Amino acid sequence: MNEAKNGAVSEAVNAPATSVASTVIVGAGPAGIRAAQTLLAHGLRPCLLDESLRGGGQVYRRQPEHFKRSAKALYGFEAGKAESVHTTIDQLQAEIDYRPETLVWNAESRTLDTLHNGRAAQVPFKHLIVATGATDRILPVPGWTLPGVYSLGAAQIALKFQGCAIGQRVVFAGSGPLLYLVAYQYAKAGATVAAVLDSSPFSAQTRALPALLGQPSTLAKGLYYRAWLTAHGVPVHQGVHLHDIQGERRVSGVSWQQGNQRKNLVCDALAFAHALRSETQLADLLGCDFAWSALNRAWLPTRDAAGRSSVEGVYLAGDGAGIMGADAAEMAGELAALTLLGDLGYRIDRARSIELQRQLAAIQRFRQGLETAFPFPEDWAAKAPDSLIVCRCEEVSAGEIRQTVAEGHWEINRVKAMCRVGMGRCQGRMCGLAATEIVAHASGREVACVGRLRGQAPIKPLPFGVEAEQ
Amino acid sequence: MSQPVEVDAVVIGGGIVGASAALFLALSGKRVALLERDFFGSHSSGVNYGGVRRQGRPLSQLPLSRRAHEIWGDLRAFIGTDGEYVRSGHLKLARSDKDMAALVAYEEASRGFGMQLQLLDHAQLRARFPWAGDVAVGASLCADDGHANPRLVSPAFAFAARRAGAQTFEQAHVSEVSHDGQAFVVRTADDQCFRGPWLLNCAGAWAAQLAQQFGEPVPMRAGHPAMLVTEPLPMFMDVSTGVEGGGIYARQVARGNCVLGGGQGFPLDPATARPGQAAILEILRNAVELYPPLAGAQAIRTWSGTEGYLPDREPVLGASSTQPGLLHGFGFAGSGFQIGPAAGEALAQMVCAGASNIDLTPFSITRFQSQPHTSSPAIVVPSGTDNVIPLLRGRSNP
Ligand SMILES: Cc1cc2nc3c(=O)[nH]c(=O)nc-3n(C[C@H](O)[C@H](O)[C@H](O)COP(=O)(O)OP(=O)(O)OC[C@H]3O[C@@H](n4cnc5c(N)ncnc54)[C@H](O)[C@@H]3O)c2cc1C
Ligand SMILES: Cc1cc2nc3c(=O)[nH]c(=O)nc-3n(C[C@H](O)[C@H](O)[C@H](O)COP(=O)(O)OP(=O)(O)OC[C@H]3O[C@@H](n4cnc5c(N)ncnc54)[C@H](O)[C@@H]3O)c2cc1C
Repeated sequence: MNEAKNGAVSEAVNAPATSVASTVIVGAGPAGIRAAQTLLAHGLRPCLLDESLRGGGQVYRRQPEHFKRSAKALYGFEAGKAESVHTTIDQLQAEIDYRPETLVWNAESRTLDTLHNGRAAQVPFKHLIVATGATDRILPVPGWTLPGVYSLGAAQIALKFQGCAIGQRVVFAGSGPLLYLVAYQYAKAGATVAAVLDSSPFSAQTRALPALLGQPSTLAKGLYYRAWLTAHGVPVHQGVHLHDIQGERRVSGVSWQQGNQRKNLVCDALAFAHALRSETQLADLLGCDFAWSALNRAWLPTRDAAGRSSVEGVYLAGDGAGIMGADAAEMAGELAALTLLGDLGYRIDRARSIELQRQLAAIQRFRQGLETAFPFPEDWAAKAPDSLIVCRCEEVSAGEIRQTVAEGHWEINRVKAMCRVGMGRCQGRMCGLAATEIVAHASGREVACVGRLRGQAPIKPLPFGVEAEQ
Repeated sequence: MSQPVEVDAVVIGGGIVGASAALFLALSGKRVALLERDFFGSHSSGVNYGGVRRQGRPLSQLPLSRRAHEIWGDLRAFIGTDGEYVRSGHLKLARSDKDMAALVAYEEASRGFGMQLQLLDHAQLRARFPWAGDVAVGASLCADDGHANPRLVSPAFAFAARRAGAQTFEQAHVSEVSHDGQAFVVRTADDQCFRGPWLLNCAGAWAAQLAQQFGEPVPMRAGHPAMLVTEPLPMFMDVSTGVEGGGIYARQVARGNCVLGGGQGFPLDPATARPGQAAILEILRNAVELYPPLAGAQAIRTWSGTEGYLPDREPVLGASSTQPGLLHGFGFAGSGFQIGPAAGEALAQMVCAGASNIDLTPFSITRFQSQPHTSSPAIVVPSGTDNVIPLLRGRSNP
């Protein structure tokens, strides 16, 4: 049956015969939700799969249903956007096939493998929007496996979702806009923020200013968080190299290097990350082409300006295909949906599509500025001591990785085969980038030239004894 | 064009077969070049299940397998590492009286090859291996078989060959082979050139092309056994296991992870493969009844490989019948990891002494010459080989 009802008229001679289940979206973050909304508005009811309990994705993560904090308290400046995204998913729920708590763990030909409540099932698709988002990029430091150490994202989730802080006296470290945001959110929520340790030097941020002025409101928010922190007596240190996190059974302090000074601080929790990394395994399992992105310092699935991947019928939207932030994710979700609809022969608002592409390009320039403001700490690998555990699942140290490189290996999958880095529970999602940095540095190659960790199913661990639909 | 490097033998393929051939040639003082398109041991030889077992092989392979067993026993001396090789025992479980009868028959037939198989009835099995699921009615134990880490062992053969004097090359894709009347001229895609009177075709699942070029087509097909590994679990078994009649096989490594295999994958391209969805789920659903301690455990990774299978599931090992100086060693049908070092040694002996110590007649490439390839015969699965040759999917009949 032709689905182009609700006034959406097909341009094609033969109306597209798309069954309900044949258009699937993975990820109910801002990108996935806007994509679903756009599809539905054109009369196409997608299936929306998301691993988490409630839609909203990373940035607009929702509290459990019985929690009653205000949007303003949870999302600050972004409260309006968060509420809009949440309202949208709440309204969509009845009309689309929304499946929360459903992990997509594998893809083969035109079928996704899912896991929901311990049951495995398959979702066939003809058209797929991959909106799997991002998680923190971690550059390990000695002591990072101590209890009380969190990623910035996890610290924020504790606050947004569970409404609790990770400690009494918390240090925030790393770099990227999220660093100041989370520190601000903690301080606002009443936690003691002992310090913010930013690896990027102040000069970098001055240099980045012209590019950042392209998004004055976003820049203003960033400046606001900083100013607020300073005004409330939170020490902010820049150009910091995190030396180690101390503690016996739990974090008790942190020491860092600034210029040639070593400094210490007492704390009972620490959250750190160096910006974000895209969740690309699903795109990989789907067979999408990848290319090196110098901006993201990562291999990313390639997409054209309209959101098409290299695989026919597969579209990419949001931070899962390169970090651009929440606003861009919403736009990219809408854009990918419009592109999909257009490819199917639906009549779409082409001007809207072009406008979205224009705005996304502008955000991309801003993103360039952010990278200047919060540059990747290029000396991280050189400074990582041999004893540093890089892969915590398999307990592989920087020294062991270097030893493997010294034995003549330089390709990351090969290094993994030899010394087990990235072979554990997280399958390299946590340690893969750090390991790549060490391999590149130790082998004297560019990070782009040591290969890309191959994605292997399952995307997240799968239990034995799963029941499966036949 | 570059000047050819003159050697006594050129080996195509840096899997365990080619690398051990190169090692034994170099140890005999031959000038040898080992050419690997990708990385040493990065295909079947480095991604296999890691079963180092003689038990269950067709009788035709047992002389070679017995020699391989000696090499494995001396592994560190040969390759400088133990590659996590342990002689843990290989336990083959029977799920029915009929399967048990097959194990009994195999034990009888294979006497004389030094395997000392021990047949265990239900009570003996429960007493010695209390973890075994109740679906197992009995088992056959080969106490001296074991398992090893293929990721470490197979590349180590190539590195050992290099230390012994072989010229070894990774990322060296052989793109052109010819014979100038006296010697083979072998060219790689990056325009290296080698010349020598002996050529060893150890190109695994990709070896048929060269055989074809020399007028010896073989009906080889690629298979892709599906593999899966769990997070580390408390140690519950040390033996490597398999099941009579095929299905699932499993071992637990010292770190606690369990490696399991069963079912088939599919090719992504000619050189890489991935497990099938159905195979992964079948392992996850069916393994627990054989290995109850796996209940609730989590699988963290799956993978597969590309392996060559001939219709009779025996390898092609020995001299070409059309081209003097050409030797083949490929098509190990899902069980060449254990036997690979002995296969490589046999090829080296043919170069050095004109013949191998062990009779290779059952593996001659000539066995395909009388048969028209278009009507390939029904595949007869020799009993016992199938626990690493998962043409059979899922459970056998209870
Ligand atoms: C902790 C954290 C805080 C952030 N805060 C901000 C911020 O304040 N401002 C900002 O601009 N950006 C922020 N970001 C960046 C953020 O990633 C994006 O701005 C925005 O969330 C991207 O939207 P998205 O829809 O692309 O992905 P996400 O919002 O990340 O949504 C992706 C969704 O896909 C689901 N998913 C992923 N893989 C699978 C799978 N295999 N199976 C099923 N479901 C899957 C996830 O559960 C998630 O719900 C933050 C990121 C993180 C990690
Ligand atoms: C998933 C899986 C599980 C298995 N489990 C077991 C087990 O438990 N026990 C057991 O005994 N056996 C097992 N096997 C079988 C065993 O791994 C193989 O039989 C054995 O490794 C074959 O070795 P090989 O050297 O012939 O092939 P390979 O290891 O495949 O090596 C052939 C090499 O040739 C190279 N090559 C091909 N063409 C060219 C060219 N033109 N130029 C240069 N190089 C080229 C390839 O890149 C490859 O590295 C398993 C196999 C698989 C795939």
